[in-house]
Amino acid sequence: MTSLDFSTTLGNSWFPSPVFTASGCASSGRELAQFFALHDIGGVVTKSVMNKARTGRQTPRMAETPSGMLNSIGLQGPGIDAFIAVDIPYLIEQRARIIVSIAGETIEEYSTLARKLRGVAGISAVEVNISCPNVENRGLVFACDSDASKRVIDGVRRTIGGELPIIAKLSPDVTDLISIARGVVDAGADALALINTVLGMVINLETMRPHLGGKTGGLSGPAIRPIAVRAVYQVHEALPAVPILGMGGISSGRDALEFIAAGASAVSIGTASFGNPTALLTIQRELRELLVAKGFVSLRDAVGCAHRDQDAH
Amino acid sequence: MGKINTNAAQINATLISNKRIGQYQQLIINIGDLANDCKPGNFVAISVGGESSRMVLRRAFAISRTSMSATFGGTMELIVAPHGQGSRWLCEQGEGALLDVVVPLGTAFGIPTEPVEALLVGGGYGSAPLFGLAEVLKARGCRVDMLLGASTGSKIYAPMEGKRAVNSLRIYTEDGSMGQMGRVTDAIPNLIADLDVAVIYSCGPMPMLAAINAITSKSDVVHQAAVEEAMACGIGICMTCVVPVADSTGAISMLRSCIDGPVMDGALVQWDKVGRVL
Repeated sequence: MTSLDFSTTLGNSWFPSPVFTASGCASSGRELAQFFALHDIGGVVTKSVMNKARTGRQTPRMAETPSGMLNSIGLQGPGIDAFIAVDIPYLIEQRARIIVSIAGETIEEYSTLARKLRGVAGISAVEVNISCPNVENRGLVFACDSDASKRVIDGVRRTIGGELPIIAKLSPDVTDLISIARGVVDAGADALALINTVLGMVINLETMRPHLGGKTGGLSGPAIRPIAVRAVYQVHEALPAVPILGMGGISSGRDALEFIAAGASAVSIGTASFGNPTALLTIQRELRELLVAKGFVSLRDAVGCAHRDQDAH
Repeated sequence: MGKINTNAAQINATLISNKRIGQYQQLIINIGDLANDCKPGNFVAISVGGESSRMVLRRAFAISRTSMSATFGGTMELIVAPHGQGSRWLCEQGEGALLDVVVPLGTAFGIPTEPVEALLVGGGYGSAPLFGLAEVLKARGCRVDMLLGASTGSKIYAPMEGKRAVNSLRIYTEDGSMGQMGRVTDAIPNLIADLDVAVIYSCGPMPMLAAINAITSKSDVVHQAAVEEAMACGIGICMTCVVPVADSTGAISMLRSCIDGPVMDGALVQWDKVGRVL
């Protein structure tokens, strides 16, 4: 294979590959490590962790839908202290590049989480998940409110700004995504993660009630891919200097390249790992081969190329 | 925490045989040496629908039995109820078809170190893995009795050769079309007393497992239950298949039935909290 610079950067963090896990779709890496070395992918984005341990929502927590699925987990997790004590050392031992995803119920909780992460060595970036749809109060989806999302990011920036890249994860379920994106970037986000799941529902026709225990869930998988590609494209067009971690239904190298062309500097693989534990490796290999086949010498040259008038490729 | 699913591998496996047995389909799949690592209680996650499928998730099936033969090497047997789109697709595959499988997954039934009296209770095709378990228990010198239940006779899975591995087999159907009319749980209290049962192994619908546990909780009988909860990945990353389980301190957490199960200590599962917010 001809040499290709496959590396990418998000803020001031460098990654040898642009293919990452997606938050909430890889736990803290241990489970996928049985199928491939975590060091061999771009990075592990850990499941969004909150300040305290949380048991999450009632079952059923999932429903398969055409080319996708709904999930309704509700941020089950061990809490930040246990996460730092147990999961971070494991990931460091695996020589994984770590992006820690944090989620809070209040603006202060995000700042607390960032403060606890500040002294932890071995982290490449922090993803601030302000867009989890599976919270009891939709008012808590900070990313649906421009002012609330800015205040969350501002609080995190005051704590770790300049030390660790801050990636704000946004929801597609908004009227004006660009204004939300611009707001969090103004507040100090170094990069954006697009998109979180799309709020959905399935009715169980046996019970004639919502199928999920939590009634609504987040739709993921190839069904949402065009929405995600559109979101990445629009945001990159408006904010071309801001790196984007693109995700939403990527299950092949071709899918990943769509996101790169739309403006993503890196991609996350989520639901595809549920169906195929080695999806990350396959997608990474296919993306690399496609870039070479299309004559790119570096991944960076391909980022956002769908916006350029006459690209040779 | 140790390694997870240490024996699991993702392979392309050949479907060797696909036969209808009553309302179920018996699939024999060549998994080579991985068959040596499969224990009763373990399950397999199979990709369904082919490459252009709109079904993005694997389907999980209990492994009912494994065997090593000179002709095929290691194989596993699955008993599948073709209820949903995914299981129907699988049951329609012809002999020779290549299947993308991840195996073996999950916990296995604990096997007693001493020969004790074991009662195996299965609901519907949940009986399938119990026949493989019965063979292992027999080899350990255990006395093995089996109770099978279903709504109707055609949903009872009880192959002839499986019956040889058990000392007795009682069948209950809710409509009385096979065996006795009633539910498996009707017979358990007397069997525990008459046979001096030390351990109950159960596999079937959650309400049946909960009803069995209501009986065993009043006795010293150990209850090993193979739980059932909707699963997206089968390998521990999606967090959908959780069941409320207490630890030794009494603290309850939502454990994944794919990693900490499917076989769980029935006494620790919080049956009244299944499907609820903790």
